[in-house]
Amino acid sequence: MSEEEKKDYAESPINLEYHYTAGSATTRFLNQVKEGKIVGQSCPKCSAVYVPPRGSCPRCGVATNIEVPLTDKGCIESFTIVHIPIPGNPIVPPYVCAMIRLDGANISFLHLIQGIDVEEIRIGMRIQAVWKPKDEWTHSLENIKWFTPIDEPDVDVATLRFQES
Amino acid sequence: MKKVAIVGYAQHPILENAGALNEVELIMPVVHQLFDELGISQNNIDFTCSGSCDYLQGAAFAFVEGLSAIQTNPPIKESHVEMDAAWAMYESMLKIQMGDADTALIYGFGKSSPGRLDSIISLQMDPYYISPLWPDRVSLAAIQARVLLEKNIITPEQMITAVIEARTNSKNNKNALVTELVDKESYLASEKISSPLNEFDCPPISDGSSAMIIASEEKAYDFTDQPIFIEGIDHRIESSNIGSRDLSKPTGIMASIEQLKLEKTKFDVAELHTQFSHEVPYLQSVLNLSDVPTNLSGGPLVGNVMMCAGLDAIGKTYESLKSNDLTNGLAHASSGPCLQHNMLVHLEKKS
Repeated sequence: MSEEEKKDYAESPINLEYHYTAGSATTRFLNQVKEGKIVGQSCPKCSAVYVPPRGSCPRCGVATNIEVPLTDKGCIESFTIVHIPIPGNPIVPPYVCAMIRLDGANISFLHLIQGIDVEEIRIGMRIQAVWKPKDEWTHSLENIKWFTPIDEPDVDVATLRFQES
Repeated sequence: MKKVAIVGYAQHPILENAGALNEVELIMPVVHQLFDELGISQNNIDFTCSGSCDYLQGAAFAFVEGLSAIQTNPPIKESHVEMDAAWAMYESMLKIQMGDADTALIYGFGKSSPGRLDSIISLQMDPYYISPLWPDRVSLAAIQARVLLEKNIITPEQMITAVIEARTNSKNNKNALVTELVDKESYLASEKISSPLNEFDCPPISDGSSAMIIASEEKAYDFTDQPIFIEGIDHRIESSNIGSRDLSKPTGIMASIEQLKLEKTKFDVAELHTQFSHEVPYLQSVLNLSDVPTNLSGGPLVGNVMMCAGLDAIGKTYESLKSNDLTNGLAHASSGPCLQHNMLVHLEKKS
């Protein structure tokens, strides 16, 4: 055996396939997203509003069985500017990933910010969803292309902290 | 040793495919059922421990998401075992023994329907020499069944009896998945999956969850008038190298029997984590249970929620003792291929 052929390891590829289930609560949410609506779910005990909902309030351990229609407006809770290109990702750096806190929600989710110079992005900035054309809507938050700043005064994110009711 | 008792147990109906219900949505109902039955909340629980397997969900740290089913505010003390929840109960026992807790909530959950269980289970084997061969769980069990048959430790008739009895006993278990009766003719007509095992010899693909609460002796009576005491608990693991084991010698179980001094204990009831039919007569003989009603719930052959079925054996033994005029129960949980890892739990009802 030549020097090149020697291996000090063995390859053992693992490939497992799953039928992933979003859960009945997230399914309700995604069915609404397909219609262009964002419907969070609220905890019957502490009233926290979750979007996207995962089916339970992790603070109280109970099902979030109250549907709460939300707007597609909110603010930037936190953000990062991505400078490194990711292979296969069509978005050209630098671009911004932000934690989006929709009005009326108690948690944020990750999405893109576009339509502004990255240097001007700041925490508390008001933003609104830019939706894909209706005929492209699926069961995914990718129905929203990105969020873009709107002309409203910034929010003090400290005021967004969850208050015990 | 502190006395510790089981004070409650709840089991989700075992499903062939829970469909849209995710793991959190399976766990919440059983935990709430248990709390409601005992009239308590998470605030009464000192320690929470779960058992599950991330490979079943196909996501790293999936067990953390399971915690969303539990009230975690104010913050709780919790832990997890990547094992059957019977071992979560064992960890909870230790926690109570160490004085860190007086009460513990244990829950186990598993959905086998989303993936291919045969492939997933083979990943628990030695990753260098055995897993790359992708041995499926039925074939591994069949190897042990073959050894036991050839050494006349068990007989094919005993396997048939185990299947027929499991189906008959499923009527005692409102959560059983498989309840159709089976007769000898249809058993014998069934095609082998992996000789000598046919489909009746194997457990059904199952989704579900279970929960249990244990408490120290001082606290147990706050929850119930009739706690069932854990008189003894012991677990032993054998080599992960299946070729170095004599599959007809239950070395680990014998050590547990000796440790727990069970040789002379007369059990009134037993529930065994026997996933395959040949394991029933084998363990009945090893554990000296020939005259003891065994797997009155039907056992794993009528519903086998991965990471739960061991806890269920303990839970079903608890239920039998609680609702009948019985004193001593034996529960068995197992893990790994060919009964590699076994736990024995001696439960006792004080009169």
